Amino acid sequence: MSLIQETDFGTPRSKSETMVTLTIDGQSVTVPEGTSIMRAAMEAGTQIPKLCATDMVDAFGSCRLCLVEIEGRAGTPASCTTPAMNGLVVHTQNDRLKKLRKGVMELYISDHPLDCLTCAANGDCELQDMAGAVGLRDVRYGYEGENHVFAKSSGTPNAAWMPKDESNPYFTYDPSKCIVCSRCVRACEEVQGTFALTISGRGFDSRVSPGMSESFLGSECVSCGACVQACPTATLTEKSVIEIGQPEHSAVTTCAYCGVGCTFKAEMRGEEVVRMVPYKDGKANRGHSCVKGRFAWGYTNHKERILNPMIRNKITDPWREVSWDEAFDYAASEFKRIQAKYGRDSVGGITSSRCTNEETYLVQKLIRAGFGNNNVDTCARVCHSPTGYGLSATFGTSAGTQDFDSVEETDVVMIIGANPASAHPVFASRLKKRLRQGAKLIVVDPRRTEMVESPHVKALHLPLMPGTNVAVLTALAHVIVTEGLVDEAFVRERCDWSEFEEWATFVADPKNSPEATAIMTGVDPKALREAARQFATGGNGAIYYGLGVTEHSQGTTTVIAIANLAMATGNIGRPGVGVNPLRGQNNVQGSCDMGSFPHELPGYRHIAGDAVREQFEAMWNVKLNPEPGLRIPNMFDAAIEGTFMGIYVQGEDILQSDPNTKHVVAALSSMECVVVHDLFLNETANYAHVFLPGSTFLEKDGTFTNAERRIQRVRKVVSPRNGLADWEVTIRLAKAMGLDMPYNHPSEIMDEIAALTPTFAGVSFAKLDELGSVQWPCNEKAPEGTPVMHIGGFVRGKGKFIITEYIPTDERTGPRYPLLLTTGRILSQYNVGAQTRRTENVVWHSEDMLEIHPHDAEQRGVRDGDWVRLKSRAGETTLRAEITDRVAPGVVYTTFHHPDTQANVITTDYSDWATNCPEYKVTAVQISPSNGPSEWQKAYDEQARHSRRIAPVVEAAE
Amino acid sequence: MTSSHDRLIYMANQIGWFFRSQGHAHAVSGIADHIHKFWDPRMRKAIFAHLDAGGAGLDPNVREALESLKTA
Repeated sequence: MSLIQETDFGTPRSKSETMVTLTIDGQSVTVPEGTSIMRAAMEAGTQIPKLCATDMVDAFGSCRLCLVEIEGRAGTPASCTTPAMNGLVVHTQNDRLKKLRKGVMELYISDHPLDCLTCAANGDCELQDMAGAVGLRDVRYGYEGENHVFAKSSGTPNAAWMPKDESNPYFTYDPSKCIVCSRCVRACEEVQGTFALTISGRGFDSRVSPGMSESFLGSECVSCGACVQACPTATLTEKSVIEIGQPEHSAVTTCAYCGVGCTFKAEMRGEEVVRMVPYKDGKANRGHSCVKGRFAWGYTNHKERILNPMIRNKITDPWREVSWDEAFDYAASEFKRIQAKYGRDSVGGITSSRCTNEETYLVQKLIRAGFGNNNVDTCARVCHSPTGYGLSATFGTSAGTQDFDSVEETDVVMIIGANPASAHPVFASRLKKRLRQGAKLIVVDPRRTEMVESPHVKALHLPLMPGTNVAVLTALAHVIVTEGLVDEAFVRERCDWSEFEEWATFVADPKNSPEATAIMTGVDPKALREAARQFATGGNGAIYYGLGVTEHSQGTTTVIAIANLAMATGNIGRPGVGVNPLRGQNNVQGSCDMGSFPHELPGYRHIAGDAVREQFEAMWNVKLNPEPGLRIPNMFDAAIEGTFMGIYVQGEDILQSDPNTKHVVAALSSMECVVVHDLFLNETANYAHVFLPGSTFLEKDGTFTNAERRIQRVRKVVSPRNGLADWEVTIRLAKAMGLDMPYNHPSEIMDEIAALTPTFAGVSFAKLDELGSVQWPCNEKAPEGTPVMHIGGFVRGKGKFIITEYIPTDERTGPRYPLLLTTGRILSQYNVGAQTRRTENVVWHSEDMLEIHPHDAEQRGVRDGDWVRLKSRAGETTLRAEITDRVAPGVVYTTFHHPDTQANVITTDYSDWATNCPEYKVTAVQISPSNGPSEWQKAYDEQARHSRRIAPVVEAAE
Repeated sequence: MTSSHDRLIYMANQIGWFFRSQGHAHAVSGIADHIHKFWDPRMRKAIFAHLDAGGAGLDPNVREALESLKTA
């Protein structure tokens, strides 16, 4: 294996379909119009020397190294800024150019340290490469003149010298090595869209400056790493490279954080990860990354990671480390004992949206075929289950309709209940790029999120009261129908017309108008009408939504309302439009596809369907139960009732992530065998009897499926530190239960999935290796996958309009609980924080804070930073307050990344009518000043500490 | 909602609320179909037992749907 080298073409690819032909160094080259001469040359295999150009950002023309001569033109134009044209005859190398380039390099090197041997970029430095390329042998100016390199010159301090900035935990900024090529500044602007960097000063005083000459950590920098990747020298360098050295081999793999599914190169020395670098051919991220995927992988080696299996009889006992065999035998004997005592349906399991498709498939297979029931569910239950139901009912598939590239053709973007800048940052960057080109943005969110206002982005914001999504969406539809903005031709051709008419009559009812619903939604009717007009008439309209849509009593109804809106405006079935759920975890889409829901087999086919079930029975050689099983909340209820007594939980922390923690504690405490399969002793493990150590995404092969339905390879670069990859653990547990699942490699599991699932029929590891990734459906009809769905017609036949009546949640404010709490995420942390809390990312977010409006804070005597008690009908906790007008009066907000805050002690067990997806986003609460942790927090902390004890291993005496 | 039993009744009514604007016939068949497809047998058994015991708290459409489902 060697280091994967990506070609840098110097300037971005032109999308033009008109081709031009020119001659470069005697060779004829044909490229799309708009391609630079530099790129055209590179495509023909000629690398013109360059420093300030890189193909992730637009040409800049500052380094003067890429000069060329063009016959018939005067001077020596920069090849990066000069477009290729028909008939040009270009020379990239002659005496004049050689001399000019050497002169340029000489000046650069005269103000650059010559510590190449000990420099972190040694072996990976473009300045070094270019000095070599132009044949620089001598610097006539010497190094003693005015410079940025030395702290002192002839004994006196050098005012032009700046010390290293090591404030960012993951990379350093060494100004003495900077050549002011502006690549970092442009990457921050053009790729990331944060505009945190600038060049301060002019001429010799020019310096890269985070914010107003702040430290990187103190500036607006979000640590995405784009600047580090763009830097041609050691000015911006990963600390891991400084510490370890240059990598020697690499493998392309997929990030295990959010549902964007960025492709990375894991760059290695032996089995040590040196760095993760975003891969330019990654079709979801196109070479970009965020602070989590790029840098926050240190949890894989964290000291708290559990590497040995453990068991105990009672949760009050300390853990006892045992062999794998003993752990499997114990778990299997317990499950068998429980089934003998309480019945076949008394056990079940939860698949993980963090694990691979193959691992998820195996867990559901173990439960259906090994346990003999369908009590299998997945963490998608608590996030995107309404998406599956809603989109399946209206369009016919349980997935988003587009690829991420589609946003490049969108004219109006509507974001509902999502904050991509925090939760799906790489998609947010791609979206912001489009917005800077002039696309319009509408944000429907209770909170003024980072998406509403950011550099060069100003959204039309509809700040609704939490829980009124359906009313707002129906009001948008009301405006579109009553103002005659429906795309009638689309609806007549693609949708069921009579269902549309019924729906149109319903939404046109004056009670659904923006004016009539404003009293509940809090949204200014004028702004709402403006948003509806923009969306319906502004060109390609695309809707992106997140958990602010699904995690409500009416989550499914809102998804349906979104689908209605897209159909009514004709925004389905081509690039640039569509309905796009932003998935929280890396493999939410995949875990749903793999048959993790209790009522359906892989490929979203109901378990009661005889034909499909019989296929699985034949392949698995076992009789399957045709009845739907329990969903996660139903499992908890059944546990408390005494009919569900054992569970296998792979890679999900149900105690921290599920609502109403006290209820979950009661349920887990009632069970007789809880098997937790995870990296760390998570909160659920406090109530577990068997702990099976898990493996990280770096330690196994498999596939993840991202929010675009894109199936991508996860490649093993490190041996599992715990000894077994997660798929091997499930196979061994199944074997102990008496179910033989003989797979030697995850590719064989995928082959079985492909054989049983029509939408995956064309998927294999070989195809993924060949194409990089495919989007399902991938089969005979679409051998290379399907980037955009419902082209020419809906999967279900005719698009189905369904009436969406607004029914307020029963979780209501009143005198005792006058405020509404809603929850969300922050950029640096991921989900329950089990991974990111064990990385340096805590410098950005070390605790959950409660955002409260100044008016509400003042009424309660709460000052910024004060401890406050947050109390709901379900429970209470304490955390510190942050006073901000990002939230409206009457609304408070917090994140849920830290177990000591336990935001879910507060959330209730109201849930979506169709899928039981919990209503995390609306909880009536009261806030009051507090002195510190609540009684519950203290008791919980005590129990957790007690429960995490591991008995010391006693060595037998000789 | 204190007990699992109450929650079951509430869940059934919630399904009913979604379908109520689709007209009586649609609503009853929609509710029945939904419960049939997504409720585990023990949940269905429990709600049928509640129906047999008078079905207190169940909305009329839901009651009708459960009756049709029970005899199906």
